[in-house]
Amino acid sequence: MTAASTASAAPRTDRQHMMRIAVIWVVLSVIGMVLVYFVWGPHMPPGKDSDQARVQQDGNRLLGTIAVPVFVFVWVYLGYVLTNWRVKSSTPVDEVGDGPPLKGHAGFQAIWLGVTTATVLALFVFGTVDLAHNDGAGTGSGPSPIWTPTGYDANAAQSKLLVVQVIGQQWRWTFRYPQYGGFESDVMVVPAGQEVQYSVTSLDVIHSFWAVNLGIKADANPGVNNVAFGTADKIGSVNIRCDELCGLYHGSMTTTGKVVSPADFKTWATKASSTYQQLIPFLPPYADIYLPQSDGGYYDPGQDPLPSGPPPGPASPSVIP
Amino acid sequence: MAMDTTAPPAVDRAGNPAGPPAPRADRPWWLGPNLVLAFVGAAAGYAIGHMVGNWIAHTYQQVQGEGQNNHAFVLGYLFATFGWLAGIGALNYPFQKMFGYAPASEAEGAHERKPTLRSYFSYTLDHKVVGVQYLVAMLFYFFVAGLFALAIRSELLSPTRHIFQPGTYIEIVGEHGTMMMMLMTSVILGPFGNYLVPLMIGSRRMAYPRLEALSFWITPAAFIVLLSGIIVGGFPTGWTGYAPLSIEAGEGQDAYLVAFGLMAFSMIVGGFNIICTIINYRAPGMTWTRVPVFVWSMLVTAMLMVLAAPVLVAATYMGLMDRTTQTALFDAAHGGSSYLWENLFWFFGHPEVYILALPGFGIALELLAVFARKPVFGYRTAVAGMVGVGVLSFFVWQHHLFVSGMNPDMRPVVMLTTELISIPTGIIYLAAVGTLWRARLRLTVPILFVLGMLFNFLIGGISGVFLSDVPTDAVAHGSFFVMAHFHYTIMGGLIFTFFGGVYYWLPKMTGRQLDQRLGKIHFWTLFIFFNSTFLPLFAIGELGMPRRVFEYEKALQGLNDWVSISAYLIGLSMLIFVYNFVKTMFIDPRPTEPVGNPWGSRGMEWMTSTPPVAYNFAHVPTVVSSPYEYGTGAGPMAYIGGEPPGVPTQYEEVN
Repeated sequence: MTAASTASAAPRTDRQHMMRIAVIWVVLSVIGMVLVYFVWGPHMPPGKDSDQARVQQDGNRLLGTIAVPVFVFVWVYLGYVLTNWRVKSSTPVDEVGDGPPLKGHAGFQAIWLGVTTATVLALFVFGTVDLAHNDGAGTGSGPSPIWTPTGYDANAAQSKLLVVQVIGQQWRWTFRYPQYGGFESDVMVVPAGQEVQYSVTSLDVIHSFWAVNLGIKADANPGVNNVAFGTADKIGSVNIRCDELCGLYHGSMTTTGKVVSPADFKTWATKASSTYQQLIPFLPPYADIYLPQSDGGYYDPGQDPLPSGPPPGPASPSVIP
Repeated sequence: MAMDTTAPPAVDRAGNPAGPPAPRADRPWWLGPNLVLAFVGAAAGYAIGHMVGNWIAHTYQQVQGEGQNNHAFVLGYLFATFGWLAGIGALNYPFQKMFGYAPASEAEGAHERKPTLRSYFSYTLDHKVVGVQYLVAMLFYFFVAGLFALAIRSELLSPTRHIFQPGTYIEIVGEHGTMMMMLMTSVILGPFGNYLVPLMIGSRRMAYPRLEALSFWITPAAFIVLLSGIIVGGFPTGWTGYAPLSIEAGEGQDAYLVAFGLMAFSMIVGGFNIICTIINYRAPGMTWTRVPVFVWSMLVTAMLMVLAAPVLVAATYMGLMDRTTQTALFDAAHGGSSYLWENLFWFFGHPEVYILALPGFGIALELLAVFARKPVFGYRTAVAGMVGVGVLSFFVWQHHLFVSGMNPDMRPVVMLTTELISIPTGIIYLAAVGTLWRARLRLTVPILFVLGMLFNFLIGGISGVFLSDVPTDAVAHGSFFVMAHFHYTIMGGLIFTFFGGVYYWLPKMTGRQLDQRLGKIHFWTLFIFFNSTFLPLFAIGELGMPRRVFEYEKALQGLNDWVSISAYLIGLSMLIFVYNFVKTMFIDPRPTEPVGNPWGSRGMEWMTSTPPVAYNFAHVPTVVSSPYEYGTGAGPMAYIGGEPPGVPTQYEEVN
């Protein structure tokens, strides 16, 4: 449709154009928002396998719904411009004529600014509340997080939460359970329905621990204990990937995990702890971070005395009371 | 105010009265600075640097037992750059001045001459030649980096590794990312900023032509150094170069650090020139409210370059020190911190994202006014929006570190500043929306690219909100979602408007117009396949595929294959452009009459001859109205033919 065919009678006024755009916009936006929130929303990533995943899914759902009217406005408007105010592109330049010399509209600009500012501030409040009320919403929150679940203690031994230490190195993940004698496992096992403290650290370069369906993401930095909290809800498997480029085999730095019932977890952990009883002394003593020793290794059982006191190496700020 | 224009008595270096300068013998071209000499200089420089590096560090390297000598590579790259610049003639003028010789150099009076073919391959001071050099070079860099992208997509056709070894794959990822992100910073400011800013503000020249030429001639050096990293195994860090991975990497990492540092230097130098030109070289009557929106976007972009790039220079320097003299700035085990690089890098890196976005806004609004035949809606607000984006961009870099565990308590603040950026960005959209209201819109090729940009950047911008909100960022961070997001803003925004600018301004630069029918095919294929490539990547990221991996879940193979095939089709679409460009510029016969002002623009760049004469305007023009007075009945925006009738002027001829 060109301008000529629509302007059969008197040309439409600004107001009529605005009304037409507004009606199309409101109708399509409402339809779109309902579809996104109620139909697509419950199936959005990262799913519902944990409390954190739910929070993130709700966030995606809400932001997705708010985005609908913005998308629809620009699309409807561009479509309206193209169908109503288009001049054939073959028209010679001097015959096109000029549009109305509209240089601005204080009211419209003020409304636009007001709406965007209000939206942005609302998003900020939403994001902050979401973050604070969900103990960091599954993100790595540094060595001394301020939003913590009850029972948290920086000292793993005194924490009432189950502590799982996630150790990244090129190119594998290792999981350590300090409350069960400090044994190590290459499969992550966590209990369902129980808040877990993931203490993420690295032995070499920066990795990022991403338990995809649990909604946990925390960078593994060398020399830093990066703590994230998560509560898995559903018994099943966990897909774990490295989310920060860490060198050659970053692409295959994956592993799996399991969410099991608390009773099964207890059985598994006790059993593993006793199975590996003989091996635990050969591991470096549990610490929040591990740094290389001067002789180049992390721990060398052939040369260093078996662990009894504090861990060797320059620093072990694990036991900050 | 009259200036004393009498020339001082000529003296030679010793202060004795000098006779008239001896006429210079006409040297054959190959004795003067030239491109061949630049390559020779670069090779010689590399050889010397490598030798010196080996000589000073060989015993040390034996002690370390690393089997690699980073000193030799770093010095080699730096000496090669020096040799390259010496060969092309960049150092003649400063050294002649330094030692008191009259600068009997290549470039004196280069403006007055009509550029010859040779000027385009030389260290030339005419901003129009530099603009064309930039344009061709940027297209070349863009296509080379694009080929790397197709290689990545080939590997990702299958969920397991099947074409490249992991090391090769990560090299390709790094080369693609770094080449695009470091060289494309100048994709609009380089060609269009340098070519058009003087024309649009009515200046006869740039403020610092030598800095301008230098800023261009560093880019081939940076490109070659970066590409040569492949010879020694590339670098495994991607374009972000995170330490300590970058510290333990092989010699290719030196190429990354040196090249990125060089490009940062080019940005500082080029940006400084643009800023000084816009502030000081505006024609009489070119008040700040008459400055074209595109020039405003260049000013803000150049400010960001000058303020952000020095941090990158410092960071790459620290990286090189860690790798050569073992300073351990980024090594946690020896008192450094891996966060330090992340902070320094993103303090540069986030403003850089707006260095890549703002020129696109500028071109979009500039072209919208011309093709809607209306004034820019809310001109002052739009300019304030661009400045606002520029200022805010320095306060948001820590959103790249939301899950890093660094400074976690500050995350709400960073979340706020990040989300605040959508207010000034929204203003740009407001200006676009208002300009299109009741427009007389002709869908020519340039405006199609701008409308495409409005579509793409909207998706890019709104996906950015998901990344600014910490809980939703927990899913998207570091995944293909991020990758899709910034391809939507940079490729969908910057590259689309860049092509719009090419179709729009090439008639001005060359007098030849690209084929419009092929242009439309280029646009529609690019638009469709761009969206078909990058839209699925949002889903792929949310479903658990991190960036820069070569293995992914089998369930995602269908989507990935779709993306890869679409990416090849983008390549085909680009071939249409290359064909159109080469055909129009080099094969078609020279048009009998150059295309004058095919778009009916009021802009001052269209008022001078096509292609513009040496020194742009025969007289310094006098600006009498805004470039956007469409439909107001105002006369031309400037008088360019000498004294304007009845308008008082107070200016002197410059130059």
